[in-house]
Amino acid sequence: MSFIAKPKIAHPSLPKNALGLTRRDYEGAMSTLCAGCGHDSVTAAITEAVWELSLRPEQLAKLSGIGCSSKTTAYFVSGGHGFNSVHGRMPSIATGAIAANKDLYYIGVSGDGDTLSIGFGQFAHAIRRNINMLYMIENNGVYGLTKGQFSASADIGSKAKRGEENVQPPIDPVVAALTLGATFVARSFSGDKEQLIPLIQAGLKHKGFALIDVLSPCVTFNDHEGSTKSYSFVRDHYDEVVHTDFVAPAQEITAQYAAGEAMPVTMHDGSRILLRKLDPTYDPTRRGKAYNYLRDKLAQGEYVTGLIYIDEKSPEFHEVNGTTQVPINQLPYEVLSPGSLGLGKILSRYK
Amino acid sequence: MPQSAEPQDRLNDFVIKLANVNGTGSASANTLLMKSIFRMGVPVMGKNYFPSNIQGLPTWYEIRVTREGYVARSGRVDIMVAMNAETYAKDLQEVSSGGYLLYDSTWPRPALLKREDVTILGVPLARLCNETFQGVRARILLKNIMYAGVLAALLDIDLDVMRTLLGESYGSKKALLDSNIYALEIGHRYAKEHFNCPLPLRVTRMDKTSNHIMIDGNTAAALGCLYAGATVGVWYPITPSTSLMDAFKGFCQKWRLDPETGKRNYVIVQAEDELAAIGAVLGASWNGARAFTPTSGPGISLMNEFIGLAYYAEIPAVIFDVQRVGPSTGMPTRTQQCDIMLAAYASHGDTRHVLLFPNSPEECFYLSVQAFDLAERLQTPVFVMSDLDIGMNDWMCPALKWDDSYKPDRGKVLSKEQIEQLDKFYRYMDKDGDAIPYRTLPGVHPKGAYFTRGSGHTQYGGYTEDSTEYQIVLDRLKRKFDTAKRFVPPAVFEGRNSQPVGIVSFGSCDGAVREALDLLKRRGVHADYMRIRAFPFGEDIEEFLAQHSLLFVVEQNRDAQLRSLITLETRVEKSKLRSILHYSGFPMASTVIVDGVLAELDAKKKRVAVSV
Repeated sequence: MSFIAKPKIAHPSLPKNALGLTRRDYEGAMSTLCAGCGHDSVTAAITEAVWELSLRPEQLAKLSGIGCSSKTTAYFVSGGHGFNSVHGRMPSIATGAIAANKDLYYIGVSGDGDTLSIGFGQFAHAIRRNINMLYMIENNGVYGLTKGQFSASADIGSKAKRGEENVQPPIDPVVAALTLGATFVARSFSGDKEQLIPLIQAGLKHKGFALIDVLSPCVTFNDHEGSTKSYSFVRDHYDEVVHTDFVAPAQEITAQYAAGEAMPVTMHDGSRILLRKLDPTYDPTRRGKAYNYLRDKLAQGEYVTGLIYIDEKSPEFHEVNGTTQVPINQLPYEVLSPGSLGLGKILSRYK
Repeated sequence: MPQSAEPQDRLNDFVIKLANVNGTGSASANTLLMKSIFRMGVPVMGKNYFPSNIQGLPTWYEIRVTREGYVARSGRVDIMVAMNAETYAKDLQEVSSGGYLLYDSTWPRPALLKREDVTILGVPLARLCNETFQGVRARILLKNIMYAGVLAALLDIDLDVMRTLLGESYGSKKALLDSNIYALEIGHRYAKEHFNCPLPLRVTRMDKTSNHIMIDGNTAAALGCLYAGATVGVWYPITPSTSLMDAFKGFCQKWRLDPETGKRNYVIVQAEDELAAIGAVLGASWNGARAFTPTSGPGISLMNEFIGLAYYAEIPAVIFDVQRVGPSTGMPTRTQQCDIMLAAYASHGDTRHVLLFPNSPEECFYLSVQAFDLAERLQTPVFVMSDLDIGMNDWMCPALKWDDSYKPDRGKVLSKEQIEQLDKFYRYMDKDGDAIPYRTLPGVHPKGAYFTRGSGHTQYGGYTEDSTEYQIVLDRLKRKFDTAKRFVPPAVFEGRNSQPVGIVSFGSCDGAVREALDLLKRRGVHADYMRIRAFPFGEDIEEFLAQHSLLFVVEQNRDAQLRSLITLETRVEKSKLRSILHYSGFPMASTVIVDGVLAELDAKKKRVAVSV
């Protein structure tokens, strides 16, 4: 019931960010998802992350496809434009929007059905183009809005609510993104805000396509015994390999880390992320190793989480295209038209 | 043309058809021939009938030399240049009585080429080439230029004009230019020595092509996109629309680079499919850029879901449908006007879309610019319904003009200052009574933010499942389509209310209809003509339909799609309408219309006689 506006009463004691805005200024419409839905926790994490980053609300463009996950873009930052498009096609909307204005922050929220089935092609090509956006999958292994069919991310042997067992092998978005050449690949869990918030911040600041696959249980259709996407199963089987701290440009790194444990990465706007390896043998800048590590853990039934892979050097979409500095939706008409003089020159070929 | 034309009547009035094998480089020789005639001041029409193939299949090129400046096919073939042995028999059959057939007599074909009423002209082209040039590829290519030389002698085409044109093409490559000119001259000399040159059908200088150009519709449409200020082009390759984006890219590489940095003031994306192409167009338009996608029927089929979203969420988009023969894959390199119903009502639910129907490359240019203005003014997808004939053939048209006072109509987009002054922004409210709401762009002002959605929404922009709220928006969209009638280009009339018989047509039929009107006049049959240029249909169209007691609807598809749309969307009395349909895949000739009209009028007379 998103047309009922929440009263915006900001108590003077509410903390403010660098723009003088409170968390309330980054909220959206009231969620209509089921009570306890993992997606609402993701919404809260996004709200917090964007508030902390002190982005102006209108700098954020929120894009989605169709499904429970795709509704959530209405539930945060109502001061940013939202676009709830058609099923599985959010990446193409994002491609066009980013082509038109490269200076906004783009956050796409999708689901496992929206991304891994109907939208798998567009997902792959958004990665291939390295469009500058944060792409979040709220991954729960089921189709919620159509009442609980398995999705393409459901594991073999995972049980549906009525006991049916999934027999098809899953498509793992993180494995897929790694092989497709994604430049920022992360996995998290809706129940772990501490991990998720800095990942969202890093993903928004990443130059290029950032994927965060968020395990986000469906309380209504996939939170029972025998499901591998339930709260309890994910809690027991998730394994953080690299923890990320986000450090704003002006901020100093204060925490102390043992040598070799921490790895700072500078983002294009001067902000940094500090990667803390929980497995000292792991290297999030080696794609092949990351892939092998992930496959091994998946085979053991473990979800590897954290920032799995990062590459800040590969050129994003506009660098590859060689686009001009000014966002092209702001170029004045005068620079776009060759005018009547130009037309004369153009037509000489056709005489 | 009457079959009994006297030889002196054939000056600058005949048809050359060239039968070739595709992939042998014949296109450049055929273009050279056509352009030489054009440069001699004589109006020409050129049509390329090519296979959906890269090499080895039959391909034809038809050049009509037309002193009257007709732009359609006449239905005749006066001289056949038969360069493909595979199709000799069929090609000979096609020659009009009293005509000529030119073939490569290196391999004589007396048995195959027997027709009493056709003069056979043999030139040993392959032998002459082999004697003169080295290398297999050069011999194949130059054989084409050599027959152009033969034709120059037979038809009295100015060799100097041809040499100049070759110079323009190969100016920087001297060796290539020399061998081309040499081949041209060998052919020319051989014809002069062996035949009685020139033939009665021949070219003589006129002054009817100055201030004209020869251009294809896809290139002209791409120019329209350039001049409209389009910055985002997204596409998936499909015949026959591909050359539109190729041309746009070429223009952008020249005219859209930042003069200081050399960086691009445009983005072109070759998408993974047509679904992504239209999606990206909507994303870019939503974000305030002028964006377009060129495609053909199969692409429109794929884009349907997004087109419905654009209609309902009110997002501008410009879609070029360069129509080809359907259904399904159909015949990709043949022409038709078969996507009219598909485009008019594209997508599920109640939807109706603005369509524009250019009749020529010239109108492709002007209507492309207008398409962007309409899309943004009306906040809806606009289709430019071109076809393969217009899109891929070079047409002679008046040189395009540009008015430097043009300013793009960006429609009702609120500025930051305007949003600032609002209490609250409501995306889908009819504030001005014209059923067009106000838009805001992302990134401008937090108060202008709204949630774009294809699900049920209220006039305030919120989600709804409430019947009344839903209907308020849906009914306004219907009114907005009425508003569109005021903005779309009006029909073009040739006589209004002067005759009881009216002809209604559109797009690439125009040339054939205009010629047919002349031919009918000579036979004492007079008719008014209305060329529809847009859907929705305005009052001018209603009036013409009401004023005529018998109406012929001329179109290039099997199912009378334009007639169906007229029946559904106007007040016309259905029983007044007759169809003249042509859907062979080749462009329509004027004879189809003449025959159709005469047959119906004869039948009517007989019916009257019987009832008397």
